[in-house]
Amino acid sequence: MNGGADLGGMMGFGPVIEEPDEPNFHAQWEERVLGITVALGACGQWNIDQSRFARESLPPAIYLSSSYYEIWYRGIVKLLKQNHMISDKELATAQASLPRVDECNALLPENVEATLMAGSPANRKSDQPAAFDVGQQVRTINIHPETHTRLPRYARDKTGIISKVHGVHVLPDTSAVGQGEQATWLYKVSFDAQTLWGDTRVNEQVNNKATNKDKVHLDLWQPYLKADTTL
Amino acid sequence: MHSHDDDDHSHLTDIEARVRALESLLGEKGYINSTAVDEIVQTYEKKIGPQNGAHVVAKAWTDKQFNDWLRKDATAAIHSLGYTSRQGEHMEAVFNSPDTHHLVVCTLCSCYPWSVLGLPPTWYKSPPYRSKAVIDPRGVLADFGVHLPEHTSIEVHDSTAEIRYLVIPERPANTDDLDEKALSQLVTRNSMIGTAILAPAEKTK
Repeated sequence: MNGGADLGGMMGFGPVIEEPDEPNFHAQWEERVLGITVALGACGQWNIDQSRFARESLPPAIYLSSSYYEIWYRGIVKLLKQNHMISDKELATAQASLPRVDECNALLPENVEATLMAGSPANRKSDQPAAFDVGQQVRTINIHPETHTRLPRYARDKTGIISKVHGVHVLPDTSAVGQGEQATWLYKVSFDAQTLWGDTRVNEQVNNKATNKDKVHLDLWQPYLKADTTL
Repeated sequence: MHSHDDDDHSHLTDIEARVRALESLLGEKGYINSTAVDEIVQTYEKKIGPQNGAHVVAKAWTDKQFNDWLRKDATAAIHSLGYTSRQGEHMEAVFNSPDTHHLVVCTLCSCYPWSVLGLPPTWYKSPPYRSKAVIDPRGVLADFGVHLPEHTSIEVHDSTAEIRYLVIPERPANTDDLDEKALSQLVTRNSMIGTAILAPAEKTK
C-alpha cells in the first residue's frame, strides 16, 4: 500500500543521527514489546506478512510520529483484535472477558531457544521453472494496491536487470491478506540509480562519473516483473 | 526545560502502563508466558549480536575456502558457524572492494540480519535513513562521516524480501599479523551495514 512505511526517496527528515553506544532498549516497555511480539509470532495466529501489514497500515501521521517499538505495540494490538484474541474492553479493564482462542498456546521458556534458532524460512519447493534468467532485462509493473506489497513506490514501472535468482519464496502480497502463500520465484533485480532518480538528481550529488555506476538492488517476486525487450 | 522533561515522562508512563496491561492480559489468557518473554529479550541482550557477524567477517578475511563458500552460498556458510536464528534464514554476503561499496537498508520496514547483527539500532529503523539511503547514499555516508574516493561506486541493497544482507568490509591495513580472533575485534556493526569503513590498525612497533 502507499502508506507511511513506504519511505524510499522521501525528503525532509533531516540527517541520519546515530546515538553513540546505543543500548538495545531505551526503557523496559520496549523489551517487553519485542519479547511479546516474538512470542506471539510463535503462536501461529498470523504470519510475518500480516504482521508487517498491520504496522504499515497505521495512518501515516501516526506511523511517522511513533517510535519503532510503539509501532510494534500498535501492530500487535491490531492483530490481536482482528483475531478475536483480545477486545478493547479487555484492554481498558485489563481483565479477560472474551473467550480464549484455543489454537494459541503460549510459547514456553524451554522452547524459546529452539524456536529462535529454527527461524521461519520463506523458501518453498516448486516444480515450476523460473521465467527469467540472470542478465535478462525486466520492467517492474505499475501497481498501487491498498493491500500489502513489497514493491516500493520508487521502483514501480522501472527497468532493471535480473542479477540473481534466489529461489521460490512465499509471496507477501497474498500471504498478508489470507490468500495463501502462492510461493513463486524471487529475483534480485538491479537498477541504475539514474533510472530510479533521474540524471539531474544523480549528477547533482557528486560531480564525477562514478555516480553513474551507482546501483540499487531489490529482491522482487516474479509477478512484479515483465520481460522488457527495449534497448 | 522542566515542562519538556515532564512531557516525555508522562508519554513514557502512558505507553509503559499500556504495555504492562497488555502483557498481564495476554498472560492471563495463556497467549504468552512472561518467563519466555524474558528469555527472548535476554537472547538478544546477551547471545545474539554483532559479535556473530564480526566472526563471519574475520573468517572471510583469513579462510579462503570459507570466503569462497560465503560468496557462493552465504546461508550455508553462515549457518555452519551456528548462526541460524530468525531473520537470518536466507543470507547474502556482499563484499566491499576499492571499486564498490555496499550499503544495506530496508525502506519498507526494518528488515535486518538479526542472526549476525542482533537487533537494529534506532537510526536504521528511522525515516531519515530509510528514506535517504536509496536516493542519496552518498549523503547518508556523509552523515556518518564517510567520504568515499571518486572512483568507488555505491551499491544499495533494499531488503524487500526475506533475504538478509551482510556487508563484508575491506580488511584494514596493517593487520597482516593478526589472527581471526584479533581481527574480529576490529569489525564494527556499522561496517557490516555499510555505514562505516574500517580504519587501518595502529602499526605495531
